[in-house]
Amino acid sequence: MKKMTLHLRIWRQKDANTPGKLVSYTLNDVTPEMSFLEMLDVLNEHLVAKGEEPVEFDNDCREGICGMCSLVINGIPHGPEHATATCQLHMRHFKDGDTITIEPFRAKPFPVVKDLVVDRSAFDRILAAGGYISVNAGSAPDANSIPIPKEVADEAMDAAACIGCGACVAACPNASASLFVSAKISQLALLPQGQPERKRRALRMIEQMDREGFGDCSNHAECEAVCPKEISIAHIARMRREYMKAMLC
Amino acid sequence: MPSFMTTVKSSVGKKFLMAITGLAMIIFLIEHLTGNFLLLQSDPVPYNKYAHFLLSFGWLLIVAELILVAFLVIHMISGISVFLKKRQARPVGYHVQGNAGGPSKKTFASTTMIYTGIIIFVFLAIHLKTFKFGPYYETTIDGVVMRDLYKLVSEVFRDPLYVGGYVVAMILLGFHLRHGFWSAFQSLGLYHPRYMPIIYGLGILIAIMLAVGFLGIPIWIYVREVVLKGAI
Ligand code: HEM
Ligand code: SF4
Ligand code: FES
Repeated sequence: MKKMTLHLRIWRQKDANTPGKLVSYTLNDVTPEMSFLEMLDVLNEHLVAKGEEPVEFDNDCREGICGMCSLVINGIPHGPEHATATCQLHMRHFKDGDTITIEPFRAKPFPVVKDLVVDRSAFDRILAAGGYISVNAGSAPDANSIPIPKEVADEAMDAAACIGCGACVAACPNASASLFVSAKISQLALLPQGQPERKRRALRMIEQMDREGFGDCSNHAECEAVCPKEISIAHIARMRREYMKAMLC
Repeated sequence: MPSFMTTVKSSVGKKFLMAITGLAMIIFLIEHLTGNFLLLQSDPVPYNKYAHFLLSFGWLLIVAELILVAFLVIHMISGISVFLKKRQARPVGYHVQGNAGGPSKKTFASTTMIYTGIIIFVFLAIHLKTFKFGPYYETTIDGVVMRDLYKLVSEVFRDPLYVGGYVVAMILLGFHLRHGFWSAFQSLGLYHPRYMPIIYGLGILIAIMLAVGFLGIPIWIYVREVVLKGAI
C-alpha cells in the first residue's frame, strides 16, 4: 500500500490556564484512505508507544452527523474539502510531503480545554435560551396532522441540518455565532410548531448569543463556506427579520 | 420586550443601523457626484448656479446636512463597536489563515472596512474644511451675487499632491462600498437566492462608478487647469 509522509504542526496546550504552542511531528505511515481523525489516531499510537501524551481532539460519530469533531486545518475549519466535517475528510486530499497545521477553534466563548479540544457549551446555553418548542406531554401526536408546504418543510430541513459543530464561529473573522443561531431560529420559525415562542425565541437566543461574547456579523459569509452542512446565510437574513419583527410588533 | 437601546446595541440592531445609514450615505454620494459632473464643464456658470440653487434651500439644507452628519456618526459608532467586539471575541488568533472559497464573500474589501472607513472619515474632514468651510470667493451671475465655488475647486485641484490624495481616498471608498453595498441588504434581512447575486454585482458596479466618478473630476480639473493651460 502507498504510504505518505506528512509534517504536522499541532497546537499542544496542557490545560485552559497554561499557554500552548505549535509542536511539529512527522508521520511516515499515512495512507490515502485514512480519514483525518484516523491519521491522528496513528500519530497518537506512536506518541503513546514513546510514552508521550497523546493529542486530545474531539470526535464521536465519525460519520458527519454529531458535530463533535472540530479542528482548524491549514487555516480552514474542517479542512479544505467543501461541505465535509473533519471526520469525513480523507488523507487522499493531501499530498505526500505536505505540511499540515492543526489548530483548535478560536473564540473567546470557546475556551481551549486541552490541545485541540474546546468547550462549546456556549452553544448549549444559547439553545436553552429559546431553541425549543412547547408540546403537551402524553401520547405522540398523529403524523401529518398539520400540513406544511413542501418548500417550507425543505427550507426548515435545510436549517435543521446544522449539527452545532461551531465551525462557523471558528471561520468567522469576527468569531460571530450568527450562522448557528440563525439555523436554529430559522428552523423553528418556519414550522407551525415553532409559532408560540417565535418572538421570544428570536429575542432571547440573540440576547444570549451577544452575552456569551461572540462577535457581530460583518457578512463575510466565510461561515457558509466552511459549514459541513452548507447552511446558507439566507438564514442569517431570516434571523435578522425575525428579530426586528419581534422588536417592532 | 427589550428597550430601544437594547435593540440598537444588539448584534442585529447595530448592523441594521449601519445598513440604513450606509445606504442613505450612498444615495447622497450618487446625488453629490451627479451634481459635481457640472465641474467638468469649462464654463463656471452652470456649477455655480447649481451650488447656489442648493444653498437657496436655506434651513431645509441645514436640516438635511445635520441628518447626514448624524447618520455618519451613528455609522461610525456602530462600525467601531463591531471592530472592538471582534477583537474581544478572538483574543488568540490563528497561525495559519485560510479562505474557504466557494460561497465565501470574505475579500480584501470586507476585512478592511474599519480601515477604509476611518480613512474616509479623515478625507471627509479635510474635504469639508477645504470646500464647504474654505475661502469664500464671490461671483455675479445674471445679477445675482453668489459663492464662486467653481473658482475654489479649480484652484485646489491645481495641487498634484491634493489630487493624488483624492484619488487614493476615492479608491478606498470604492473598496468600502464593494463590500458595503450588498452587505447592507444582508444586514437588513433582504436576502433572496435569486436577487442576491444581482445585488452583489450591482454593489461592485456602484463602487467602481462612484470611485471612478469622484476621482475622475479632480484629475480632469488638474489636466484642464495645469496640463492644458501649460501647453497653450
Ligand atoms: C461616505 C461615507 C460612507 C459610506 C457611504 C459607507 C457605507 C457603508 C455601508 C453601506 C456599509 C455596509 C453596512 C452593513 O454591513 O450593514 C458599511 C460598513 C461599514 N462602515 Fe461605512 N460608510 C461610510 C463611512 C464610514 C466611516 C467614516 C467609517 C468609520 C468608522 C465606516 C466604517 C464602516 C465599517 C467598520 C463597516 C463594516 C461593518 C461590519 O463589519 O459589520 N464607514 N459602510
Ligand atoms: S451552521 Fe454549520 S458550521 Fe455552524 S454549527 Fe451549524 S453545522 Fe456547524
Ligand atoms: S465526529 Fe461526529 S460529525 Fe465528525
